[in-house]
Amino acid sequence: MTMTMRALLGATALCGLSAGAFAESITVATVNNGDMIRMQGLMSDFNAKHPDIQVNWVTLEENALRQQVTTDIATGGGQFDVLTIGTYEVPIWAKQNWLSPLNDLPAEYNVDDLLPSVRGALSVDGTLYSLPFYGESAMVMYRTDLAEKAGITIPDSPTWDDIKAAAAAMTDKGNEVYGICLRGKPGWGENMAFIGAMNNSYGGRWFDMDWKPQFDSQEWKDTVADYLDLMTNYGPPGASSNGFNENLTLFQQGKCGMWIDATVAAGFVTDPTNSTVADHVGYAQFPNKAGVDNHGNWFWAWTLAIPASSQKQDAAKTFIQWATSQEYTNLVASKEGWRAAPPGTRTSLYENAEYLAAAPFAKMTLDSMNAVDFSKPSVQEIPYTGAQFVAIPEFQGIGTAVGQEMSAALAGQETGDEALAKAQALTDEEMKAAGYIQ
Amino acid sequence: MATQASRSAARLMISPSVILLFLWMAVPLGMVIYYSFRRYRLLNPDRAGWAGWSNYSNFVFSPDFGGALVNTLILVLGVLLLTVILGILIALLIDQPIWGQGPVRILVISPFFIMPPVSALVWKNMFFNPSNGLFGELFKYLGMPPYDFLGQAPLASIVTIVAWEWLPFATLILLTALQSLDGEQLEAAEMDGAPPLKRFFYIVLPHMSRAITVVVLIQTIFLLGIFGEILVTTSGGPGTASTTLPFLIFKKALLDFDVGTAAAGGIVAVILANIVAIFLMKAIGKNLD
Amino acid sequence: MARAVTPARKTVNTAAAWIVALIIFFPILWTILTSFKPEPVAVASPPVFLNFDWSFDNYRTVIQQRGYGQFFWNSVVIAFGSTILGMIIAIPAAWAMAFVHGPRTKDLLMWMLSTKMMPAAGVLVPIYLIAVYFKMLDTQILLTVVLMLMNLPIIIWMLYTYFREIPVDILEAARMDGATLFNEIVYVLTPMAVPGIASTLLLNVILAWNESFWTLNLTAFNAAPLTKFIAGFSSPQGLFYAKLSAASVMAFLPILILGWFSQKQLVRGLTFGAVK
Repeated sequence: MTMTMRALLGATALCGLSAGAFAESITVATVNNGDMIRMQGLMSDFNAKHPDIQVNWVTLEENALRQQVTTDIATGGGQFDVLTIGTYEVPIWAKQNWLSPLNDLPAEYNVDDLLPSVRGALSVDGTLYSLPFYGESAMVMYRTDLAEKAGITIPDSPTWDDIKAAAAAMTDKGNEVYGICLRGKPGWGENMAFIGAMNNSYGGRWFDMDWKPQFDSQEWKDTVADYLDLMTNYGPPGASSNGFNENLTLFQQGKCGMWIDATVAAGFVTDPTNSTVADHVGYAQFPNKAGVDNHGNWFWAWTLAIPASSQKQDAAKTFIQWATSQEYTNLVASKEGWRAAPPGTRTSLYENAEYLAAAPFAKMTLDSMNAVDFSKPSVQEIPYTGAQFVAIPEFQGIGTAVGQEMSAALAGQETGDEALAKAQALTDEEMKAAGYIQ
Repeated sequence: MATQASRSAARLMISPSVILLFLWMAVPLGMVIYYSFRRYRLLNPDRAGWAGWSNYSNFVFSPDFGGALVNTLILVLGVLLLTVILGILIALLIDQPIWGQGPVRILVISPFFIMPPVSALVWKNMFFNPSNGLFGELFKYLGMPPYDFLGQAPLASIVTIVAWEWLPFATLILLTALQSLDGEQLEAAEMDGAPPLKRFFYIVLPHMSRAITVVVLIQTIFLLGIFGEILVTTSGGPGTASTTLPFLIFKKALLDFDVGTAAAGGIVAVILANIVAIFLMKAIGKNLD
Repeated sequence: MARAVTPARKTVNTAAAWIVALIIFFPILWTILTSFKPEPVAVASPPVFLNFDWSFDNYRTVIQQRGYGQFFWNSVVIAFGSTILGMIIAIPAAWAMAFVHGPRTKDLLMWMLSTKMMPAAGVLVPIYLIAVYFKMLDTQILLTVVLMLMNLPIIIWMLYTYFREIPVDILEAARMDGATLFNEIVYVLTPMAVPGIASTLLLNVILAWNESFWTLNLTAFNAAPLTKFIAGFSSPQGLFYAKLSAASVMAFLPILILGWFSQKQLVRGLTFGAVK
């Protein structure tokens, strides 16, 4: 028997073992975002360390994932052992006892290294219920070459007026360059994440202290009017179906002058293999309206949680620790460079000189995340906590319905005021049905 | 051969199907009726209780309901019209003596084999997308600004996709019917000097009426449930511009997680579907025997 | 009603028919072409048709990232399983209806068809809860049974129309000639029934293969068929047209080839036996 043959046989036997008698398989539901797809490509490391655990992936588009995961957990379906959910779901679901608490993490996981704000967002009464895979705030990403060509500079902390002026200067529709790309695809986690944050930075709020919806307020009217103005004059065609991923593609193709979105995007727009504009990206803080001390309060982390209904708690726990560990970060760095490391979860990453050198957006990301105040995302008095979302169970439905109206306005099917009037009516109805308003 | 014995044997042979279908209809329907009177929110399980008729009134009086009805009608009628008219034209064309009738037929029936999520994704991204789709390129080539099909004409775009999926079905049935048409009758009419249009309306079309009936009946059954194409392309939007009745119910159940209202919507839809069914059976049932 | 025409006329007709056929087929052709392109070429402007570096890279990437075998196998099991199970239940029923014509047969058929009009979205939550209760969520058995029930009315109806075409006289003639029941079934009935059964089988396998409401909502991984596989390619990050195309081709090619090879039976099947 030759060496190769023997090696082959040995490998087959190993495969047989790992997939067979001793293997426990866990099902992981996740979003089809770049970082998660990358993780699926790095599974050989996990398989080598834990040959007894086989990981099955369910990869879905964000809205589809939410729908499926939420139905499963709310009915005790038990189809999944690990869920990819966000800072909105974790506290709400933890309070329903739908998630397993993650108390006894081993010392090498170094739980104290997690960014305090992220850890806080994933804890209820001091107990951690989910581990962060990557975290984000939002910022302006812009094309330095286009800005130079147009003869403008974007300040580090721009106002919306600055943004509008820059968008006008950079737009060149004949060459398919659009001054600004923003989310328009309906969904509470899609367009309403952006519009909600924008409204925060205009000094607006979702509800007043009596839970009365505020879409009839001047702040909302200004927000929506300016959003529509920016997008219809300087945005790409078909914007009403563009979400995070679509805008990322447009930006990578060089079709956007500016893009205001999640900080995690910076790692992808500067990726030379996929981005045609990798060397020409500048960053600025999320804009605010002149005179309003609020930069959107966008805060989000995609996290890995274990449903209480899972029968494979230990295997699931092993997996989520690996996926959110420092060693996973190092693995990504060794394979794809430090720039690609999952951002926004661990303090150590932002103390790593190599990362800071490779990722010019690191400081902006950390500063933006640290500036967020969950307890008070708006400058006005509010009865809720949250960020670019409102942390109540009903928000998912309300946010999506309001998002539909905004996207209809963006597609030109109704005016901004009409959309706001409808949003007001439907939110009011929903809040009454849910018992917030008597 | 319908003796007493064979009748009871027949009953025995039919009953498994009937029982299964009855359970498949009655059990979920019973549950839906129960939920339709309950307050039942998946995300807020603590807030449960009897809701009276409020789920029904919420659903029927919601501003989306009327629009969804109209959209459902437009979708079903639009696809029926397109497939029947284009189907007749294509069937007439393929029925002529041509070279390569076999391959042509294979090409024409192919869309029928494509699963709805695939056709929706392909059309949405590779054709309708204004920045990177082929139609966008076509507009650019013609010197026009790209048109945002799914944003500006969502329902028409969905009708196009669905009609593309169902055109093979209509064409094939109509073609089969056409091929059984008696050529001599047509030739006689031609000899008598009847112009082509007249021949079509007085001989060909009446001959195809039964086939058209089948197309309408079967397609209506499937079109009333069209769902995947909407979810993938527009999610019922922008706004509610492409929200149909099934999609509205889905939205209530799995986007708002309001099972009570969704159940009420389901009952309303069942009632409406039955009205359509009775209508359809009455109108064309006699044409089928 | 084919008639003799002049060669010139035939040429014009041929050209027109081919143009129409190619337009209808074009989205599929374009998907197949795109699946062999590198990602940037897939969105190139102006579009590139044939002149690019053909490669199987997209297929390799897709299989590596998402797998394929299990989805494919689930599709096969669910589509064939549900259809065969449906046939086993439907054949006796259709047979009885066709040969023992009762006064209510037609009403019964219409009632069966009308169960298909129930909006699936309306009964999703009940079915889901039943599945949770029996711990059947994400199993092949659940999907097989649900799709069987979905298609049962169509199967019965198609078989019924085929069986009715079998002339009863022949049976009686065979009996007069002294044929045993066994001979009657094997030599007389089966040959006449087989084409109809084959058509029904084929068409319903295709309907089940392409079903995309229940397959998407009742599965996660273990029983997830190709519809679920393709759903993961909705709006991913980065350029994805080529990968989407490769995944699409992998999802529809098996059934497309099956359809092409069985074209004749299928045409019969597609007409639901109702048009001769």
